[in-house]
Amino acid sequence: MYSEKVMDHFANPRNVGEIENASGVGEVGNAKCGDIMKMFLKIEDGVIVDVKFKTFGCGAAVATSSMATEMIKGKTVDEALALTNKAVVEALDGLPPAKIHCSVLAEEAVKSAVADYYKKNGIEKEIPGFCGDCDSCSHCHH
Amino acid sequence: MEKRFVYADNAATTAPYPEVIDEMMIYLRENWGNPSSIHKKGEEAKAALDMCREKVASLLGCEASELVFTSCGTEADNHAIRGAAYANAAKGKHIITTKVEHPAVLNTCKALEKEGFRVTYLDVDSEGRVSAEDVERAICDDTVLVSVMYANNEIGTIMPIKEIAAVCRAHGVLCMTDAVQAVGAVPINVRELGVDMLTASGHKIHAPKGIGLLYIKKGTKIKNLIEGGGQERGRRGGTENLPYIAAFAKALEIAVAKLPDMARVEKMRDRLIAELTKLPRTRVNGSLTHRLPGNANISFECIEGESILLLMDMAGICCSTGSACSSNSLDPSHVLLAIGLPHEVAHGSVRITLSHENTEEDVDYIIEKLTETVERLRKMSPLWKE
Ligand SMILES: Cc1ncc(COP(=O)(O)O)c(C=O)c1O
Repeated sequence: MYSEKVMDHFANPRNVGEIENASGVGEVGNAKCGDIMKMFLKIEDGVIVDVKFKTFGCGAAVATSSMATEMIKGKTVDEALALTNKAVVEALDGLPPAKIHCSVLAEEAVKSAVADYYKKNGIEKEIPGFCGDCDSCSHCHH
Repeated sequence: MEKRFVYADNAATTAPYPEVIDEMMIYLRENWGNPSSIHKKGEEAKAALDMCREKVASLLGCEASELVFTSCGTEADNHAIRGAAYANAAKGKHIITTKVEHPAVLNTCKALEKEGFRVTYLDVDSEGRVSAEDVERAICDDTVLVSVMYANNEIGTIMPIKEIAAVCRAHGVLCMTDAVQAVGAVPINVRELGVDMLTASGHKIHAPKGIGLLYIKKGTKIKNLIEGGGQERGRRGGTENLPYIAAFAKALEIAVAKLPDMARVEKMRDRLIAELTKLPRTRVNGSLTHRLPGNANISFECIEGESILLLMDMAGICCSTGSACSSNSLDPSHVLLAIGLPHEVAHGSVRITLSHENTEEDVDYIIEKLTETVERLRKMSPLWKE
């Protein structure tokens, strides 16, 4: 069902954990739908120097979270915001169609964490493509 | 413990027994005739078919003429429900079933609703049971059929079918039971049970996939599902699949002979449930008393079933889950929701189903690996608090 890359990131997820006093923390998804991603960013001079995540969800949810953290670590905040779910899927050598929403969640988790960082630092910038309200636009309708 | 392979998904399917495969091969290599042919090859096949039917009938406590072999359990369910509904449509168009049936029953009922039938889907209690009183209360003047599964495929709950059949009889309503998970796992005598129809499937009892069975009590008139050349006493067209019928008969014979060993399977199941529910925020789903001997269904809060399954699979253990993420649906198992589990708890459920082939060492290994898996995923979960 899953590519080798997905299984590798699921079995050995990178950057699992939390960051104390993180510069920004984002949480997306909901338990009812079966997936929640929480992302912690440590940002210095506009660069993501550390990133950690915690995920409740299926194999694809864990793998996309792990891959997304790898892809933004060491990047600038603007570069991280440019991360698309498509790029995460490609980096994982694809996902089954039913699991694409997990990659959307990973993209949203990054954006949500940056939004929190902006808020904490009084930065008034729009984040394109991020509505901040996961309950209304999430993949599952309960 | 050393890594091993443990198949613990016997409610999904079972490994065909070597004796069953050997039996089946006779009807592929030698006795491969068409039972309807009047020459020697056909007569040989006809004799074998009759013998198999007699054997199954005596194991289930009915007459050979009351049995129809089908292509699978799903076909038998469709045949029974549609057949009874169409045959009695002039009398009434109301059907009673439960919210926890297998899709073979549920989706047949849903299809009949589109054709103008009315269906009541009974709620179950927190253990997944309906009572005979629940059924009786739902019976209306136009009720023609009650279909309640004997044992649930997900949580293993056994329904009071004998009592339900008695209620149906008293009200002149046909009673059908999907016994796909129960046949071979618990003692069943259809005559004593008192149902009008019962279905079973080969691949749940160590025969191959693609063979099912429908018992229709003598005198019960139902419409055909598959018209053809008059096979199965005119009730199901299609040249009889003798290799699979022979396999089914052999498998049922072995299953009935091994029924006493189910006490051992039940003990293993109880140990699994007792040990795993020692973990915090963990619960067993279904009934502890009215339960299939091999079924353990457990929910672990704060983690998700597909992740559990993948890690278990890496450890060499095959089991299944009621999480939505393992299917193409957005909702977790309809059975777990029907017994009142919140979505988030249902997502973290695991079904372990044991058979005669499992051992105490398998159980030790499952407990060890599942405990490790749960702890590992909880460490990673944003919902988990020590
Ligand atoms: C309760 C129940 N009914 C019906 C079926 C369908 O049987 P089959 O797979 O032979 O079509 C199954 C198994 O999948 C089952 O568990």
